[in-house]
Amino acid sequence: MTRIGDILGRYGGVNLLPLFVAALGFVLIGAPASWVTLTVAGLAMGMMIFLMASGLSLVFGLMDVLNFGHSAFVSFGAFIAASALAFLGAWLGAENIALNIAAMGLALVAAILFGLAAGWFFETVIIRPVYKDHLRQILITMGALIVAEQIILMIWGGTPTAVPRPAFLEGAWILGDVSIEIYRIFAFGLGLAVYVALYLVLNRTRIGLLIRAGVENREMVEALGFRIDRLFVAVFMLGSALAALGGAMWAGYQTLISPALGAEMMIVVFIVVIIGGLGSIEGTLLGALLVGLVGNYVGFLAPKMALASNMILMMAILLWRPSGLRPAVR
Amino acid sequence: MSLLSITAMQTRIGQYAVLHNISLEVPEGGVFVLLGRNGAGKTTTLRSIMGLWTPSPGSVTFRGRDLTGMHTAEIARLGIAYVPENMGIFGGLTVEENLVLATATGRFDKVRLARITALFPALETFWTKQAWALSGGQKQMLAVARAIIEPRALILIDEPTKGLAPSIVGAMAEAFREIAQGTTILLVEQNFQFARSLGRDMAVIEDGRIAHSGTMAEFAADKALQDRLLALSA
Repeated sequence: MTRIGDILGRYGGVNLLPLFVAALGFVLIGAPASWVTLTVAGLAMGMMIFLMASGLSLVFGLMDVLNFGHSAFVSFGAFIAASALAFLGAWLGAENIALNIAAMGLALVAAILFGLAAGWFFETVIIRPVYKDHLRQILITMGALIVAEQIILMIWGGTPTAVPRPAFLEGAWILGDVSIEIYRIFAFGLGLAVYVALYLVLNRTRIGLLIRAGVENREMVEALGFRIDRLFVAVFMLGSALAALGGAMWAGYQTLISPALGAEMMIVVFIVVIIGGLGSIEGTLLGALLVGLVGNYVGFLAPKMALASNMILMMAILLWRPSGLRPAVR
Repeated sequence: MSLLSITAMQTRIGQYAVLHNISLEVPEGGVFVLLGRNGAGKTTTLRSIMGLWTPSPGSVTFRGRDLTGMHTAEIARLGIAYVPENMGIFGGLTVEENLVLATATGRFDKVRLARITALFPALETFWTKQAWALSGGQKQMLAVARAIIEPRALILIDEPTKGLAPSIVGAMAEAFREIAQGTTILLVEQNFQFARSLGRDMAVIEDGRIAHSGTMAEFAADKALQDRLLALSA
């Protein structure tokens, strides 16, 4: 067993899990065309969940803050993007692809800007007074999530909001029997680009080095002469902006969103962070891809088990690796 | 004038008073050793100097500047390095990253780095390895190297020989002797033989109070005092 573990470790170790799940899905599903469609959907969904969860993982790891209000940024991101897209409706349907792209870009930028500003406000006003007190963090951030939901209800109403898509992201690519939605390819590409950018920042810059060190031992980073509390605010803002971006992408994916979106996504986001291991971007990506793939395969094979599948996945991984797949701190 | 002066320092952790009226003068240069039994308050003294616990009342001055109430990062930037008992190594970072993080600019002073790798050759061998994979002795070398990667006026080192093999303890003593030629070391230690081989001045803490202070030579010669304060013969 140890030898098999060593060989697997040499070729990628836990990073091979999504491939293993995809191969298992191929065997169980049987029909290659359905498998390709489900796999692409799973990867796209995984990347959007990665966007929502990556910030929470860093905040959890670096600041030891249990932020149950994180999904409020997802909700607001979704609704702000939906409003921006509706406002730019003329650009969405235009034949000029540049206007299409500009409309989508502006909607995403609006969500990101909101995430940055709301993240600063949330950290300064709500989180800062409850550092080092997990019980109060849970209570106050849960409260903030409920308040956020009510604000969304007040502004956008209780009926589901339709999210228009730009023309260039409508439709699907048909390859033989396989149909791949263009939006899913876009979501996957954007998620991958954000992952690469985050990876480069964390692994190739001094700020990234500080964040990785801070996730492991905040006190020691301060003893080396760095004000980590200032870094906290920046990381919190970044995490909130990524969550809002994830929410904006999710809105376009679902095309119909309700104020309960945040609370629904909160469970998935926490599952991903726990599966991946706290404070690790690589772990969050791995967890998000697994959740996306398993959710889609199980939804096809045994629809009644779809909701339970993520919980079962989390329990199985925690029994195997109690700290998650790739925790930042060993 | 002393490099570091501690005056009537009291530190509470939660509802417990750990340090009671600690006063200490650490002169510039050489190794000042702080001895004491487990739980006497040695680590709390170092953490209070670094601002990781806030002493109240009392004061800590470094080169005449009051450190009381200052943020740990600001204290570090004055030229004080801290090597905690658990070494404080970032296990997920490579040896190189651990060291580069401790530099002021993100770049190594090549002469200084060469001096450090001459002191601790193992670090060069494991340069690109993640620090969690190092042995206990190698981690301690990395922790000390990180403290001297920039010029420091004072290094606070907490029990560096704990759990180390005798051969590594000897190498560590050699390294400290060389470091102490240009930097003051405030060393907390329970290994009396190690401390004795390095220290010029010393103090003993007992139950959060300074029970004795003087030169190491005098203390080393007084067996009865050692037995009373450190229970070495027990």
